Parts: sequence; C-alpha cells; structure tokens
Amino acid sequence: MSPGLALVRRRLAHAPLVLALVITGCFVLLEAAPGDAVDAYVASLGGDAGFLHELRARWGLDKTPWTRFLLYLAGLATGDLGISLTFNRPVRALLLERLPITLLLAFSAMAVALLVGGILGFLAGSRPGSLRDRLASACVLALNATPSFWLGIVLVLLFAVRLRWLPSAGIETIGADYRGLARLCDLARHMVLPVLTLGLVYAALYARVLRAGMVEAWRSDFVRAARAKGIPRRRLLFAHVARNALVPLVTVVGVHGASMVGGSVVVESLFAVPGLGRLAFEAVIYRDPALLVGVVLVCALLVIILNLAVDLLYGWLDPRIELADSPS
Amino acid sequence: MTLRRRELLACSLLSALAPAGIARAEPPRRGGVLVVAADTEPRNLNPALVASNGVFFVASKVIEPLAEMAYGQGGLEPRLALAWEGSPDGLSVTFRLRSDVRFHDGTPFSSADVAFCALELWKKHQNLGRAFFKDLEAVDTPDPSTAILRFSAPTPVQLVANALPALTAVVPRHLFAGTDVLTNPHNQKLIGTGPFRFVEHRPGQFYRLERNPDYWGAPLPWLDGIVYRVLPDRGAIAAALEAGEIDLAAFSAVPLADLKRLAAVPGIAVIDKGYEGITYQLTVEINHRRKELSDVRVRRAIAHAIDREFVVRAIFLGWAKPATGPVPRFDTTFFTDEVPSYPFDRKRAEALLDEAGYPRQADGVRFRVDLLPAPWFEQTRQMGEYLREALKAIGIEARLVIKDPAGHQKAVYTDHAFDLAIGSPVYRNDPAISTTILYESGLPPGVPFSNQYGYANPEMDAVIRAAARALDPAERAALYRRFQKLAMEDLPLIPVCEFTFLTVARTRVRNVATNPRWAVSNWADCWLES
Repeated sequence: MSPGLALVRRRLAHAPLVLALVITGCFVLLEAAPGDAVDAYVASLGGDAGFLHELRARWGLDKTPWTRFLLYLAGLATGDLGISLTFNRPVRALLLERLPITLLLAFSAMAVALLVGGILGFLAGSRPGSLRDRLASACVLALNATPSFWLGIVLVLLFAVRLRWLPSAGIETIGADYRGLARLCDLARHMVLPVLTLGLVYAALYARVLRAGMVEAWRSDFVRAARAKGIPRRRLLFAHVARNALVPLVTVVGVHGASMVGGSVVVESLFAVPGLGRLAFEAVIYRDPALLVGVVLVCALLVIILNLAVDLLYGWLDPRIELADSPS
Repeated sequence: MTLRRRELLACSLLSALAPAGIARAEPPRRGGVLVVAADTEPRNLNPALVASNGVFFVASKVIEPLAEMAYGQGGLEPRLALAWEGSPDGLSVTFRLRSDVRFHDGTPFSSADVAFCALELWKKHQNLGRAFFKDLEAVDTPDPSTAILRFSAPTPVQLVANALPALTAVVPRHLFAGTDVLTNPHNQKLIGTGPFRFVEHRPGQFYRLERNPDYWGAPLPWLDGIVYRVLPDRGAIAAALEAGEIDLAAFSAVPLADLKRLAAVPGIAVIDKGYEGITYQLTVEINHRRKELSDVRVRRAIAHAIDREFVVRAIFLGWAKPATGPVPRFDTTFFTDEVPSYPFDRKRAEALLDEAGYPRQADGVRFRVDLLPAPWFEQTRQMGEYLREALKAIGIEARLVIKDPAGHQKAVYTDHAFDLAIGSPVYRNDPAISTTILYESGLPPGVPFSNQYGYANPEMDAVIRAAARALDPAERAALYRRFQKLAMEDLPLIPVCEFTFLTVARTRVRNVATNPRWAVSNWADCWLES
C-alpha cells in the first residue's frame, strides 16, 4: 500500500474519536453556560410561569442533561442531527442550506488570500532586503494590522455607499429572480466585498509565512550548493526556494481553512451572508445544542479533510517528509 | 451643547417631515415595494401565539388584531372589530365584527375564528394572553358578526379594550382547529386578513409580503409589497440606508451614534414618533433579599444618586425623557406626576445611607453589590456603567456582571443571583398588562420581566388587585394613580427614564408613524413617492 493511502486510512480511523470528542465538548460547554434555550427565547418576549414550563416540556429541556445527551446520540446513530430549537427546523436542513454559501465564501476568500498573499510574499522573499521586499513587507504589515470588521466597513462605505458599484450586503438581489448566468453574476457581485474582506486579512498572514520560508531557504545549504553548481537564478528561485517555502504555507493554509469556514462570524454579520459562522454564533447565544453540535461537526469534518489534504501535499512538495511515519 | 444637539436633531426631523406635512393635499400613490431592515427571524411568527414586537414587526401586516391604537381621544381604531361593549357586571364583552372580510385563502372571517383564537390560542398558549385571559370562560357566537367574551370574574372593559392591539390577532380557525397549534405550519406561512399576504421567507436573507388585492380596507394598501431584509449588523443597516438599498429601519436599528451623520444625508429622515404605545423604561431592578437593599432609605439614596438628565443626555443622546413613575407620560388616562420624586442630590443620598446605618468604612466603601445590566439594549449596558460610577460617588462599590440574554434571564429572573440589575420593561397601553406584574408579590421564580425582586407589600398587592377588578374607568384610573404613588414611595425598583424607538427612513416613504404602534401595525396607508 502506498504511504498516502495508509495515511488516509489511519486518519479516517481516528475520525470517529475526534468527532466524539467534539460532540461531547459542545454539549458540556453549552450545558455549563448559564440559562437554557427557553431562557434565551423568553428574554425577548416574556410570558408566565406556565408558558415557560410548557416550552421546557415541549423542547425536552425538563429532562436531565444526561438523558438529553443520550437521546441526541441515539438520534445521531440513525443519522438524525436533531431539531434546532432556535429555528424550529431540522439541523440537517439548516446545515445543507448554509453549507454551500459558506464554502463558496471560504474557498473564494482562500483563493484571494493565496493569490494576494502569494504574490506579495513571493515579491518580498525573492530578493530579501531589497527595495521590493521593503515595499511588499510594508503592504503586508498594513494589511496585517487591519481588523476585518474595519476593513469591511471601509470597503462598504467606498464601494457600496459612495461609488455604488456593489451591493452593501446580502447574497442576491431580492425579488429579481434571476436565472442561470444572470443569477451567477448577481451572486458574484454580492460576494466581492465579503470575499475581499475575509481574504485580504489572511493574505497578509500568508505573505509573511511565504516570505519567511523563502528567506530561510535562501540561507540553506542545498540552495548554496545548487548555486555553486551553477543552476540559473530563475530555476533556483522557483524549484528550490519557493517550493520549500510552500511547506509552511500549506500548513498555515490548512489550519486557517477550517477557521475560515466556522469563524467568519464578523464578515457574515456585516454582509448578511447566511453562513455557518452566524449559525454557530446563534446556537451559542440561544443555547441550541443540536444546532451547535451540527455546525461544529461539519467544521470538524472539514478540518479532518483539510489536514489530510495538507499532509498529502507535504509529500508531494517535499519528498523528504515521510507520510507513513509522520505522527498524527 | 446638549440642547443644541437635540435642536439640531429636531431641525433635521422637521425639515424631513415638512414635505410630508405639505403632502397632505397630495394623493397617495399606489405601487412600489418598501424595503425595510429586519434584525431577527422569530422561530414562531404567529402573533396570535407570540405577542412580541419582533413577531409583530413582520406579522402585523398579514394578521390583524381586533383593534389598533390611534392618536387622539379614545386611543383605539377598529380593525376586525367595529365596536365593543362591556356588560354592567363586567362578566362579558360583546364585539361587533366586520362582515365583509376574507382571509388570504379566500375563506370568510367570522365570529367562529375569534372564538377559536380566544380560547385555543390566546388563552391557552400566548405568552401574554395566558395570564390576561385566565378568567375567560367561553365565547358565544350568536351570529357570524358577533362574538361575546364571557369571563368568570369581573373584567374591566377598559382593560380588555387596551389589550386589543397586542393580544388579539386572529388567524383562520379552519387551518388550526384539530392540529397541534404550536407546530402548525401556518405559524410560519402566515394566513390572515391583513393588507399584505405572506409570500416567502428565505432564512437568513429576507421575508417577502405582497399586496392583498381583496383587502377589506380597499383601496388600501398603497404599497405593492414589503420586503424585510435580514441585516444582523447595525452598522450594515446604516450603510444600506445610505446606499439606498433599504428604505426604512425601525426599532432604533441604526445606532444612536450614527443618527446625526445619517440625518444629514439628503433624503433620509429620523422620526421619533410612532412608538408611544410601546414605551420602554430604563429601570434599576433591586433584589430585596439583600439586607441593605431591603431598606427603603438605601433605595431612595440610590435614586438620589442618579442624574436622570445626564442619562438622557449622555446615554440616549437626548432621545428619552426622565421617568417619574412606572406609567409613561403618553398614557394620559392613567399617568400622574403627583408622586414622590428623587432629584439628583449626592449629599442627600449619603445622608440617607448614614441614617440607614451604612457609614463609609475605612476604605471609603459602605457596602458592595453585584450589578447586572440587561444585555438587550446598548443603553441598558451603558446604564450599568453609569450606575457603577454614580454608586461609587456615594460609597457603594458595584461590580459589573455582564451576561448574554439567556444567562441574564436566568440569573435575575430565576436564580435571583443579583443585587442590582438594569432592566427595560415595556408599558403596553394599560398598567395591568405588563407593568403591575413588576410590583405584585407571590409570582413563581422564572417569570421574566416580573417581580422576581423579593418585594412584597400587602398594600401594593391590594391596590393592584382592586384595580384589576374595578369596572368603573374613573375608579380604575384613581387606583392606578394610587399605584404609581405607592410605587414611588416604596421604590421597589427605580424608574430612570422612558424611551421609545426611532425610525430612520428615506423621505420618499410617506405616512410613517401614523399611529402610536406604527412599526408593529399594518402599514396599509403607507406609500412611496415615485
């Protein structure tokens, strides 16, 4: 069996344990938070004691935490992710509804981050210490110091309020009922600002990682040896320096890919993108265990998949990294 | 400085309203879709089951109550009911209903729908109705346009009338009878009699309503439809208004700090009317189980330590009024300002605390308290910070404990794990609906926005009980004046100021704020300039 395949098998074998930990953790954390879903619900409307009592009975909150946990697990065993108390709908349906837009946002943002970060990092790292490096590094520093909510607001004020080139929020023109290509264009127009906001902040990070990796590679023995051998600078830059610097970059991308999916609450709120991040946020605020576990499960699955992809990429980028022996 | 700010805002408001004033002569234009901002998507959108402003904001356009609030004498305007009359013994109220009304699915509206909703929805399940209609025994329907509500104990018709706008939304019986009403799909896909029909809800994105061409109030409504865009971020709402993507944001959805900037944008107006019927109060809630706080002198000292004018100026930027008692000024039927008042006076506060036997210790502190500001509004949180400083000045050290909604609800109203809290109770058109509950004793723990303060005063309870049964409106009003006086003498909680919400709208939206519950009313007469 190839080392890659063995890695996939081992990782998949570990997945159930990871997921079980995730489920238990979510439940315990939400249970430890003061107040339950009924408290969160009536905080916005009021009601008498009987009203609260009936709601608790109906939502199963009169049972002990243990019973609820076991009931949830029993449901999960049959593939049932439960009902969201906040939305009064099956968690599965909610996740399926929000996953595509979340993935679109996360992966587009990652592409922007890689493109912008890659170019800036490469420019800086290709000739460390040069004017080009200084300029690119200054850009990176500025981007890195910009919080995403601020960047988002500035982009909105500029492109939506002042210039009116792009919509300020949402993911489609309501009531337009576009079909086919027109619908895709409409979606793309709506995604420009959220993708830029999310992507640019990560671009700074990627640029720094890539530059640092390249600076280190320039100093390494094999590059010096390659140079002594008379390999042209161009080939040296792409085949040896940049390629080696990609290993730490891939690691960082793998780690942040998952947080882009689950952690873009700020961007999703600002741009009213109905994604998973807001869903997780609402699940915590409204004490909605099934929903929280559902969102976190999806994110955990994505993390597992991403990590696997990253490990497989390592082997391809740098054959010295032994897949079969790598600790996991 | 602050006066000038207020004047500035008032000026921009006047200039914004001026065209509307001139426009009276101009006939309303039919057509156009109004796009408004929404920040919540209630899990149950049926106003017959859930009486809350979040639900009404969308649902009141689709499902109507028996009557709506109105400016001017009487304060009510007929909707599904044309008239109502109470029996002399207070045991029944007879409603004469409109006979020309159809639900959006084509079935005619009749007294049977009212009877079903009253007994099966409002009384059994509605958050406010359960307590309010507890004495409702039966509803007689001698003919399709007459419904007689029968009570087991005398119930003032004045109280019933005042509850009509918020508690009596009517949905069709044939869709709910024989089903589990709480899980009925029509709690989301609303069917009512209102000027707009429910078209769709795209979760996380929008609600869409369209004009009901068969509305009983034809030629109303003027609008072709209403779209509620879900915009969870308040800064995004301000930007969307400025960008012209939405026409209106209600319920102070735009942060107060952004109002001045927005009001200066041509074509945008700030409107501070249309919420008088849902006036909120900023209050200091007090846990009487705490020995120091059970002493009325300490409570009065705290009241004296609060500079209400400052709170209005600094926290509400002028958009509020100091409160004199538990009833807001707008309700001229019940309001009285002949009550004890506690002007800002730190010396007096300190004297009262000394007198109560809590002198400053060596470290300058008299005693320590936990202060829990409710997280619902920006202003409740800011009031927490202000009160901490105000208390520090008179030697009371307050520790701010900030929780999220569920945590706050449980800590204050269930576990009583607080000393002081900042609350924001809403006054709903009659003291008996959601205000006396803050003062009466004997309520089980867990009931939100009620006396969970451990306060019990037999005299207060007696007044509240008597007023709830007083059939003569004059006698009722007199009892509620007594209630306000007692509330301010005994000071179980401290009303700080009363505030209503603001609407920010493009000036092309006309007939905004036409009644005291405008944001949660049906918007049939609202129209858009071309």
